[in-house]
Amino acid sequence: MRAQRVLFELGTCVALAMVPLGAALTGRAEQRRAERWSADERATLRSLSLASLEPLAPDPSNRYGDDPRAAALGEQLFFDTKLSGNGKVSCATCHVPDREFQDGTPLAHGVGTTARRTMPIAGTAHGAWFFWDGRTDSQWAQALGPLESAVEHGGTRTQYAHVVDAHYRAAYEAVFGPLPELDDLPAQAGPVADSAWRAAWVALPAARQGDVSRVYANLGKAIAAYERRLQFAPTRFDRYVDAELAGRPHDSTSTLTADEVSGLKLFVGKASCVNCHNGPRMTDDHFHNTAVPVSPLVAAVDSGRTVGVRQAVAGEFACTSRYSDATSEDDCAELRFATTEGEELVRAYKTPSLRGVADRAPYMHAGQLATLGDVIAHYDRAPESPMGHSELKPLELTEKERRQIEAFLRTLR
Amino acid sequence: MRSSISPSTRVTSYLLAAAVVAASLLSGCMMMAKAPSDLDYSRTRTSRSHRYVATIRPDGDSIPKGKLQRWTLHLETTSGVPVDSATIAVDGGMPQHGHGLPTKPRVTRALGHGDHLVEGMKFNMGGWWVVKFRVASAQGADSVVFNLSL
Repeated sequence: MRAQRVLFELGTCVALAMVPLGAALTGRAEQRRAERWSADERATLRSLSLASLEPLAPDPSNRYGDDPRAAALGEQLFFDTKLSGNGKVSCATCHVPDREFQDGTPLAHGVGTTARRTMPIAGTAHGAWFFWDGRTDSQWAQALGPLESAVEHGGTRTQYAHVVDAHYRAAYEAVFGPLPELDDLPAQAGPVADSAWRAAWVALPAARQGDVSRVYANLGKAIAAYERRLQFAPTRFDRYVDAELAGRPHDSTSTLTADEVSGLKLFVGKASCVNCHNGPRMTDDHFHNTAVPVSPLVAAVDSGRTVGVRQAVAGEFACTSRYSDATSEDDCAELRFATTEGEELVRAYKTPSLRGVADRAPYMHAGQLATLGDVIAHYDRAPESPMGHSELKPLELTEKERRQIEAFLRTLR
Repeated sequence: MRSSISPSTRVTSYLLAAAVVAASLLSGCMMMAKAPSDLDYSRTRTSRSHRYVATIRPDGDSIPKGKLQRWTLHLETTSGVPVDSATIAVDGGMPQHGHGLPTKPRVTRALGHGDHLVEGMKFNMGGWWVVKFRVASAQGADSVVFNLSL
């Protein structure tokens, strides 16, 4: 009994002693946090956290974008190899779902080989421009490009309209209304590279071309409705930032190592990565010449945004086109105020998101750099651009700092 | 157990460490390229040749990153007469990065009382930006530059 009381009193005593000790420890932890991140850095960290991502705004050029029936149809179309010239290629051939919707190769392989690296899809619906050079201004217009590319899906819009008629009529008509009469149309016809299919397209009356192109545009809108639902999941980095800013203790899912924290500090500081990789998607949605070397695998000259913006403005399926659902010029403001000429567009490519980047080697618009280490070394070295003017300046990072930045980038998954 | 490092060696080590820290801080500052400390960020400024006084009115108090914005530009002569009839060109960029604005903003219409609607403004990264308006009216040609910190 006496022994129990002694133990109890001892326990109370220890517990009481723990209160100020605990408070002191909490205070010290807060102090360490304050020392680790300045007010400016904390604001930057907050801006990078996925918690700062605004809800996805409707796409005024695609009135079906948030229709679940359109998304269900779009998902089926995304995986359907019938939407190709050889019956073997679907969107998922290159945009592989369990590989972050990309394919891990320098250049994409559809019916043939493209001149660019497959881009991931998650979160891209928030962006204003699509493809590495931003040659379309909506996700639905983007989806249509590869379908008629001779090296990607390799088919034509009349072929795809026939596929809809034969396999998706009910699902299509539930969303978009009645299909036009298609029986009189050639199996293959479209404004594509193949001369016979192009001639068949040119021979069609303008009204019939319009009927087919409307079905084709709607395929893009359904695919975009599906792709809009592919969003980012929170990463260890997000959990770290959220706990850090809230003053919560870190658990095993939110802890960053000392090297990872140092890498993050470099990312938002000395290495200036955050200049372009900003916001919760870690992209400024803009185009930059970062002196990426010419790919030995690509024969054609690639001038990036210089050509991309012209294609966007003149796009058959642009926001301002007859196939768009935009109702005012404000709906197409990005296109309306796009920079269309100048040295800065030469060999400028879109800043990609860094979320999940460690699982997406090789890097750059034609997979020119094999590893994350190569990418960081490239930005550190800041070589001359093979064309146009590079925005890079040497960073003068140490080997350890380069390793720390890489360690941080690996927390973005 | 006694340390095998002599006091003079220890002092040298501390000095070396301090020098490394100082060098890395200096290097960091250079990379971050802080904006000059004496910049005038006021939203009302007099034009270069003192022909106009211009005021920018962004949508809200703070200017967001990565979003297209509409601004109102208020223009008057230095004697306070509103300027409605003017040709106004918009330009800008980040002096420390050597690049321009990501978009091609324009004055799309005169709103009256010296106000002009500026559309297509966008800033795609944080830091020091400048926005320049070149104004031509019956008062003559002049330009006015605003500094922004995002």
